[in-house]
Amino acid sequence: MTAADTPFERASDPYRIGHGRDWVSAGAGRGYVHATGHGEGGPAAKRVIAGYGFWIFLLSDIVMFSAFFAAHAVLQTATAGGPSGRELFNWWSIVAQTFLLLVSSFTCGLSAVATEARSQLWTQLALLVTGLLGLGFLALEGRDFAGMVMQGAGPDRSAFLSSLFAVVGLHGLHVSAGLLWLGTMMAQIFVKGFRADILRRMVCFNLFWHALDIIWVALFTVVYLIGLGR
Amino acid sequence: MSHETDTRDPGDVGPGFMDAAELTVREGIARYVIGFVLACALTAASFYVLTTSLIWGPAIPVALVALAIAQMGVHLVFFLHINTAPDNTNNVLALAFGVLIVALVIGGSLWIMDHLNENMTPMHQMMQMQR
Repeated sequence: MTAADTPFERASDPYRIGHGRDWVSAGAGRGYVHATGHGEGGPAAKRVIAGYGFWIFLLSDIVMFSAFFAAHAVLQTATAGGPSGRELFNWWSIVAQTFLLLVSSFTCGLSAVATEARSQLWTQLALLVTGLLGLGFLALEGRDFAGMVMQGAGPDRSAFLSSLFAVVGLHGLHVSAGLLWLGTMMAQIFVKGFRADILRRMVCFNLFWHALDIIWVALFTVVYLIGLGR
Repeated sequence: MSHETDTRDPGDVGPGFMDAAELTVREGIARYVIGFVLACALTAASFYVLTTSLIWGPAIPVALVALAIAQMGVHLVFFLHINTAPDNTNNVLALAFGVLIVALVIGGSLWIMDHLNENMTPMHQMMQMQR
Protein backbone atom coordinates (compact mmCIF):
# COMPACT_ATOMS: atom_id res chain seq x y z
CA MET A 1 0.00 0.00 0.00
CA THR A 2 1.51 3.29 -1.10
CA ALA A 3 0.80 6.68 0.36
CA ALA A 4 -1.49 7.46 -2.56
CA ASP A 5 -3.87 4.69 -1.49
CA THR A 6 -4.72 6.18 1.86
CA PRO A 7 -7.95 7.97 2.61
CA PHE A 8 -5.88 11.12 3.19
CA GLU A 9 -5.21 11.38 -0.49
CA ARG A 10 -8.90 10.93 -1.08
CA ALA A 11 -9.57 14.00 1.03
CA SER A 12 -7.59 16.15 -1.37
CA ASP A 13 -9.33 14.68 -4.43
CA PRO A 14 -12.72 13.37 -3.30
CA TYR A 15 -13.93 12.85 -6.85
CA ARG A 16 -10.99 10.60 -7.80
CA ILE A 17 -11.23 11.95 -11.31
CA GLY A 18 -9.23 9.81 -13.66
CA HIS A 19 -8.46 7.27 -10.95
CA GLY A 20 -9.30 3.64 -11.24
CA ARG A 21 -10.59 3.17 -7.75
CA ASP A 22 -13.09 4.73 -5.47
CA TRP A 23 -13.15 4.89 -1.69
CA VAL A 24 -16.44 3.90 -0.08
CA SER A 25 -16.65 5.12 3.48
CA ALA A 26 -19.94 3.60 4.58
CA GLY A 27 -21.85 0.33 4.53
CA ALA A 28 -20.78 -3.24 4.05
CA GLY A 29 -18.70 -2.34 0.99
CA ARG A 30 -16.34 -0.14 3.02
CA GLY A 31 -12.96 0.12 1.40
CA TYR A 32 -11.78 0.52 -2.16
CA VAL A 33 -13.97 -0.48 -5.05
CA HIS A 34 -13.20 -0.25 -8.71
CA ALA A 35 -14.90 2.78 -10.17
CA THR A 36 -17.01 1.85 -13.17
CA GLY A 37 -15.88 3.04 -16.56
CA HIS A 38 -12.26 2.97 -15.47
CA GLY A 39 -11.13 -0.34 -16.87
CA GLU A 40 -11.22 -3.04 -14.25
CA GLY A 41 -14.62 -2.14 -12.85
CA GLY A 42 -16.48 -3.17 -16.00
CA PRO A 43 -19.69 -1.61 -17.30
CA ALA A 44 -22.12 0.02 -14.89
CA ALA A 45 -25.17 -1.85 -13.63
CA LYS A 46 -28.26 -1.81 -15.87
CA ARG A 47 -30.13 0.22 -13.31
CA VAL A 48 -27.52 2.95 -13.40
CA ILE A 49 -27.42 2.96 -17.20
CA ALA A 50 -31.22 3.12 -17.47
CA GLY A 51 -31.48 5.90 -14.90
CA TYR A 52 -28.66 7.92 -16.41
CA GLY A 53 -29.96 7.48 -19.95
CA PHE A 54 -33.40 8.65 -18.88
CA TRP A 55 -31.82 11.61 -17.10
CA ILE A 56 -30.15 12.61 -20.40
CA PHE A 57 -33.52 12.31 -22.16
CA LEU A 58 -35.18 14.50 -19.53
CA LEU A 59 -32.49 17.15 -19.93
CA SER A 60 -33.01 17.14 -23.70
CA ASP A 61 -36.74 17.46 -23.08
CA ILE A 62 -36.04 20.47 -20.88
CA VAL A 63 -33.91 21.96 -23.67
CA MET A 64 -36.91 21.58 -26.00
CA PHE A 65 -39.10 23.32 -23.42
CA SER A 66 -36.57 26.14 -23.19
CA ALA A 67 -37.21 26.94 -26.88
CA PHE A 68 -40.95 27.21 -26.18
CA PHE A 69 -40.22 29.35 -23.12
CA ALA A 70 -37.95 31.63 -25.14
CA ALA A 71 -40.68 32.05 -27.77
CA HIS A 72 -43.22 32.90 -25.09
CA ALA A 73 -40.90 35.32 -23.31
CA VAL A 74 -40.29 37.15 -26.58
CA LEU A 75 -43.98 37.20 -27.59
CA GLN A 76 -45.46 37.90 -24.16
CA THR A 77 -46.39 41.49 -25.09
CA ALA A 78 -47.43 40.74 -28.71
CA THR A 79 -51.15 40.74 -27.99
CA ALA A 80 -52.16 42.32 -31.33
CA GLY A 81 -54.89 44.31 -29.60
CA GLY A 82 -56.30 41.13 -28.06
CA PRO A 83 -56.60 40.25 -24.37
CA SER A 84 -53.44 40.14 -22.24
CA GLY A 85 -52.60 37.66 -19.52
CA ARG A 86 -53.85 40.01 -16.85
CA GLU A 87 -57.36 39.88 -18.35
CA LEU A 88 -57.34 36.14 -19.07
CA PHE A 89 -55.62 34.32 -16.21
CA ASN A 90 -57.67 32.96 -13.35
CA TRP A 91 -55.65 33.45 -10.15
CA TRP A 92 -57.27 30.69 -8.09
CA SER A 93 -57.16 28.16 -10.89
CA ILE A 94 -53.39 28.71 -11.19
CA VAL A 95 -52.92 28.38 -7.42
CA ALA A 96 -54.95 25.15 -7.44
CA GLN A 97 -53.07 23.69 -10.42
CA THR A 98 -49.72 24.53 -8.84
CA PHE A 99 -50.55 22.84 -5.56
CA LEU A 100 -52.21 19.81 -7.21
CA LEU A 101 -49.03 19.15 -9.16
CA LEU A 102 -46.78 19.84 -6.17
CA VAL A 103 -48.68 17.41 -3.92
CA SER A 104 -48.68 14.82 -6.73
CA SER A 105 -44.89 15.17 -6.97
CA PHE A 106 -44.71 14.54 -3.22
CA THR A 107 -46.95 11.44 -3.36
CA CYS A 108 -44.92 10.21 -6.33
CA GLY A 109 -41.87 10.43 -4.07
CA LEU A 110 -43.75 8.42 -1.44
CA SER A 111 -44.41 5.75 -4.06
CA ALA A 112 -40.64 5.52 -4.57
CA VAL A 113 -40.17 5.04 -0.79
CA ALA A 114 -42.89 2.37 -0.79
CA THR A 115 -41.25 0.65 -3.77
CA GLU A 116 -37.92 0.73 -1.94
CA ALA A 117 -39.66 -0.98 0.99
CA ARG A 118 -41.30 -3.45 -1.49
CA SER A 119 -44.78 -2.67 -0.23
CA GLN A 120 -47.36 -3.46 -2.92
CA LEU A 121 -50.24 -1.78 -1.07
CA TRP A 122 -48.51 1.54 -0.32
CA THR A 123 -46.89 1.74 -3.76
CA GLN A 124 -50.27 1.30 -5.46
CA LEU A 125 -51.94 3.74 -3.09
CA ALA A 126 -49.29 6.44 -3.56
CA LEU A 127 -49.41 6.00 -7.34
CA LEU A 128 -53.21 6.14 -7.34
CA VAL A 129 -53.23 9.42 -5.38
CA THR A 130 -50.53 10.80 -7.71
CA GLY A 131 -52.65 9.89 -10.73
CA LEU A 132 -55.85 11.41 -9.31
CA LEU A 133 -54.03 14.67 -8.50
CA GLY A 134 -52.60 14.69 -12.03
CA LEU A 135 -56.08 14.18 -13.46
CA GLY A 136 -57.38 17.07 -11.36
CA PHE A 137 -54.57 19.25 -12.69
CA LEU A 138 -55.40 18.36 -16.30
CA ALA A 139 -59.12 18.96 -15.72
CA LEU A 140 -58.46 22.48 -14.40
CA GLU A 141 -56.07 23.25 -17.24
CA GLY A 142 -58.57 21.95 -19.81
CA ARG A 143 -61.33 24.06 -18.25
CA ASP A 144 -59.15 27.18 -18.42
CA PHE A 145 -58.24 26.50 -22.05
CA ALA A 146 -61.87 25.88 -23.03
CA GLY A 147 -62.93 29.08 -21.25
CA MET A 148 -60.31 31.11 -23.12
CA VAL A 149 -61.30 29.67 -26.50
CA MET A 150 -64.98 30.40 -25.74
CA GLN A 151 -64.06 34.04 -25.04
CA GLY A 152 -62.48 34.26 -28.47
CA ALA A 153 -58.99 34.15 -26.97
CA GLY A 154 -57.86 30.95 -28.68
CA PRO A 155 -54.36 30.29 -30.00
CA ASP A 156 -55.28 32.03 -33.29
CA ARG A 157 -56.03 35.39 -31.64
CA SER A 158 -52.48 36.74 -31.17
CA ALA A 159 -48.84 35.71 -31.12
CA PHE A 160 -48.98 35.93 -27.33
CA LEU A 161 -51.84 33.42 -27.19
CA SER A 162 -50.22 31.12 -29.76
CA SER A 163 -47.08 30.87 -27.65
CA LEU A 164 -49.14 30.52 -24.45
CA PHE A 165 -51.18 27.59 -25.79
CA ALA A 166 -48.02 26.03 -27.22
CA VAL A 167 -45.95 26.04 -24.03
CA VAL A 168 -48.78 25.25 -21.58
CA GLY A 169 -50.25 22.69 -23.98
CA LEU A 170 -46.88 20.98 -24.39
CA HIS A 171 -46.63 20.61 -20.62
CA GLY A 172 -50.22 19.32 -20.52
CA LEU A 173 -49.34 16.72 -23.16
CA HIS A 174 -46.41 15.60 -21.01
CA VAL A 175 -48.71 15.25 -17.99
CA SER A 176 -51.16 13.20 -20.08
CA ALA A 177 -48.37 10.91 -21.25
CA GLY A 178 -47.19 10.66 -17.63
CA LEU A 179 -50.68 9.59 -16.53
CA LEU A 180 -50.74 6.82 -19.15
CA TRP A 181 -47.32 5.69 -17.95
CA LEU A 182 -48.50 5.83 -14.33
CA GLY A 183 -51.45 3.56 -15.09
CA THR A 184 -49.11 1.17 -16.90
CA MET A 185 -46.73 1.12 -13.91
CA MET A 186 -49.57 0.34 -11.49
CA ALA A 187 -50.67 -2.58 -13.66
CA GLN A 188 -47.13 -3.87 -14.13
CA ILE A 189 -46.25 -3.69 -10.44
CA PHE A 190 -49.51 -5.45 -9.63
CA VAL A 191 -49.06 -8.25 -12.17
CA LYS A 192 -45.29 -8.69 -12.27
CA GLY A 193 -44.26 -7.55 -8.80
CA PHE A 194 -41.00 -5.79 -7.91
CA ARG A 195 -38.85 -7.37 -10.61
CA ALA A 196 -35.54 -5.77 -11.60
CA ASP A 197 -36.91 -4.50 -14.93
CA ILE A 198 -40.06 -3.10 -13.29
CA LEU A 199 -37.92 -1.34 -10.68
CA ARG A 200 -35.87 0.30 -13.45
CA ARG A 201 -39.08 1.59 -15.06
CA MET A 202 -40.24 2.88 -11.68
CA VAL A 203 -37.02 4.92 -11.28
CA CYS A 204 -37.52 6.43 -14.74
CA PHE A 205 -41.21 7.15 -14.11
CA ASN A 206 -40.37 8.93 -10.84
CA LEU A 207 -37.75 11.06 -12.60
CA PHE A 208 -40.27 11.93 -15.31
CA TRP A 209 -43.01 12.98 -12.91
CA HIS A 210 -40.68 15.12 -10.78
CA ALA A 211 -39.29 16.75 -13.94
CA LEU A 212 -42.85 17.68 -14.96
CA ASP A 213 -43.24 19.55 -11.70
CA ILE A 214 -39.91 21.34 -12.19
CA ILE A 215 -41.09 22.50 -15.63
CA TRP A 216 -44.38 23.63 -14.07
CA VAL A 217 -42.44 25.79 -11.58
CA ALA A 218 -40.82 27.59 -14.51
CA LEU A 219 -44.16 27.72 -16.30
CA PHE A 220 -46.29 29.23 -13.57
CA THR A 221 -43.57 31.77 -12.81
CA VAL A 222 -42.73 32.88 -16.36
CA VAL A 223 -46.12 32.47 -18.03
CA TYR A 224 -48.66 33.10 -15.30
CA LEU A 225 -47.14 35.15 -12.48
CA ILE A 226 -44.98 37.44 -14.63
CA GLY A 227 -47.88 37.58 -17.12
CA LEU A 228 -50.28 38.66 -14.36
CA GLY A 229 -47.78 41.24 -13.13
CA ARG A 230 -47.56 42.93 -16.52
CA MET B 1 -32.81 -11.77 -19.24
CA SER B 2 -34.80 -9.26 -17.32
CA HIS B 3 -34.93 -11.33 -14.18
CA GLU B 4 -31.32 -10.87 -13.21
CA THR B 5 -30.78 -9.00 -10.01
CA ASP B 6 -29.31 -5.58 -10.57
CA THR B 7 -26.18 -5.14 -8.59
CA ARG B 8 -24.33 -1.90 -8.80
CA ASP B 9 -20.99 -0.66 -7.60
CA PRO B 10 -21.26 1.16 -4.30
CA GLY B 11 -19.58 4.15 -5.92
CA ASP B 12 -22.13 4.36 -8.73
CA VAL B 13 -25.40 6.23 -8.48
CA GLY B 14 -28.03 6.89 -11.13
CA PRO B 15 -30.23 9.98 -10.90
CA GLY B 16 -33.19 9.62 -8.57
CA PHE B 17 -31.73 6.65 -6.72
CA MET B 18 -33.12 6.34 -3.25
CA ASP B 19 -31.05 3.42 -2.06
CA ALA B 20 -27.73 5.24 -2.50
CA ALA B 21 -27.87 6.80 0.94
CA GLU B 22 -29.22 3.60 2.51
CA LEU B 23 -32.13 5.39 4.09
CA THR B 24 -34.76 3.75 6.24
CA VAL B 25 -38.41 4.18 5.23
CA ARG B 26 -38.82 6.85 7.88
CA GLU B 27 -35.77 8.79 6.70
CA GLY B 28 -36.90 8.45 3.09
CA ILE B 29 -40.31 9.89 3.88
CA ALA B 30 -38.74 12.63 6.02
CA ARG B 31 -36.61 13.72 3.07
CA TYR B 32 -39.67 14.09 0.82
CA VAL B 33 -41.56 15.91 3.58
CA ILE B 34 -38.72 18.44 4.00
CA GLY B 35 -38.65 18.99 0.23
CA PHE B 36 -42.42 19.33 0.09
CA VAL B 37 -42.54 21.88 2.92
CA LEU B 38 -39.73 23.96 1.37
CA ALA B 39 -41.38 23.83 -2.06
CA CYS B 40 -44.75 24.87 -0.58
CA ALA B 41 -43.14 27.79 1.22
CA LEU B 42 -41.37 28.98 -1.94
CA THR B 43 -44.55 28.60 -4.02
CA ALA B 44 -46.56 30.55 -1.45
CA ALA B 45 -43.84 33.21 -1.43
CA SER B 46 -44.09 33.51 -5.25
CA PHE B 47 -47.84 34.10 -5.08
CA TYR B 48 -47.38 36.51 -2.18
CA VAL B 49 -44.71 38.55 -4.00
CA LEU B 50 -47.21 39.23 -6.76
CA THR B 51 -49.92 40.53 -4.44
CA THR B 52 -47.84 42.53 -1.99
CA SER B 53 -46.90 46.16 -2.38
CA LEU B 54 -43.81 45.62 -0.22
CA ILE B 55 -41.61 45.08 -3.28
CA TRP B 56 -40.76 47.75 -5.81
CA GLY B 57 -42.77 47.02 -8.98
CA PRO B 58 -39.98 46.49 -11.54
CA ALA B 59 -38.18 44.16 -9.13
CA ILE B 60 -41.11 41.73 -8.92
CA PRO B 61 -40.20 39.65 -12.03
CA VAL B 62 -36.63 39.35 -10.72
CA ALA B 63 -37.89 38.19 -7.33
CA LEU B 64 -40.22 35.68 -9.02
CA VAL B 65 -37.41 34.24 -11.14
CA ALA B 66 -35.14 33.98 -8.09
CA LEU B 67 -37.84 32.13 -6.13
CA ALA B 68 -38.49 29.80 -9.09
CA ILE B 69 -34.80 28.92 -9.39
CA ALA B 70 -34.65 28.26 -5.65
CA GLN B 71 -37.67 25.97 -5.90
CA MET B 72 -36.17 24.06 -8.81
CA GLY B 73 -33.09 23.53 -6.65
CA VAL B 74 -35.25 22.16 -3.84
CA HIS B 75 -36.95 19.77 -6.28
CA LEU B 76 -33.63 18.59 -7.65
CA VAL B 77 -32.12 17.90 -4.25
CA PHE B 78 -35.07 16.50 -2.31
CA PHE B 79 -37.17 14.86 -5.06
CA LEU B 80 -34.62 13.88 -7.70
CA HIS B 81 -31.80 13.23 -5.18
CA ILE B 82 -29.23 15.13 -7.23
CA ASN B 83 -26.49 16.31 -4.91
CA THR B 84 -22.80 17.08 -4.87
CA ALA B 85 -21.66 13.69 -3.57
CA PRO B 86 -18.74 12.21 -5.54
CA ASP B 87 -21.02 9.37 -6.70
CA ASN B 88 -23.27 11.90 -8.36
CA THR B 89 -20.64 13.63 -10.53
CA ASN B 90 -21.96 12.28 -13.85
CA ASN B 91 -25.52 13.32 -13.12
CA VAL B 92 -24.47 16.80 -12.04
CA LEU B 93 -22.27 17.27 -15.11
CA ALA B 94 -25.15 16.30 -17.41
CA LEU B 95 -27.40 18.72 -15.53
CA ALA B 96 -24.83 21.50 -15.81
CA PHE B 97 -24.67 21.01 -19.58
CA GLY B 98 -28.48 21.11 -19.79
CA VAL B 99 -28.57 24.32 -17.77
CA LEU B 100 -25.93 25.86 -20.05
CA ILE B 101 -28.01 25.11 -23.18
CA VAL B 102 -31.22 26.37 -21.56
CA ALA B 103 -29.49 29.60 -20.49
CA LEU B 104 -28.09 30.10 -24.02
CA VAL B 105 -31.46 29.48 -25.70
CA ILE B 106 -33.56 31.66 -23.40
CA GLY B 107 -30.99 34.36 -22.65
CA GLY B 108 -29.84 34.50 -26.27
CA SER B 109 -33.39 34.76 -27.64
CA LEU B 110 -34.33 37.55 -25.26
CA TRP B 111 -31.11 39.43 -25.95
CA ILE B 112 -31.35 39.19 -29.74
CA MET B 113 -35.05 40.00 -29.93
CA ASP B 114 -34.61 42.94 -27.59
CA HIS B 115 -31.89 44.38 -29.84
CA LEU B 116 -34.01 43.76 -32.94
CA ASN B 117 -36.91 45.64 -31.41
CA GLU B 118 -34.65 48.53 -30.48
CA ASN B 119 -33.03 48.79 -33.90
CA MET B 120 -36.21 48.40 -35.86
CA THR B 121 -37.97 51.33 -37.49
CA PRO B 122 -40.93 52.21 -35.27
CA MET B 123 -44.20 50.82 -36.60
CA HIS B 124 -45.85 54.17 -37.38
CA GLN B 125 -42.83 55.29 -39.43
CA MET B 126 -42.92 52.02 -41.31
CA MET B 127 -46.57 52.59 -42.19
CA GLN B 128 -45.70 56.05 -43.55
CA MET B 129 -42.86 54.67 -45.64
CA GLN B 130 -45.18 52.13 -47.20
CA ARG B 131 -47.57 54.82 -48.41
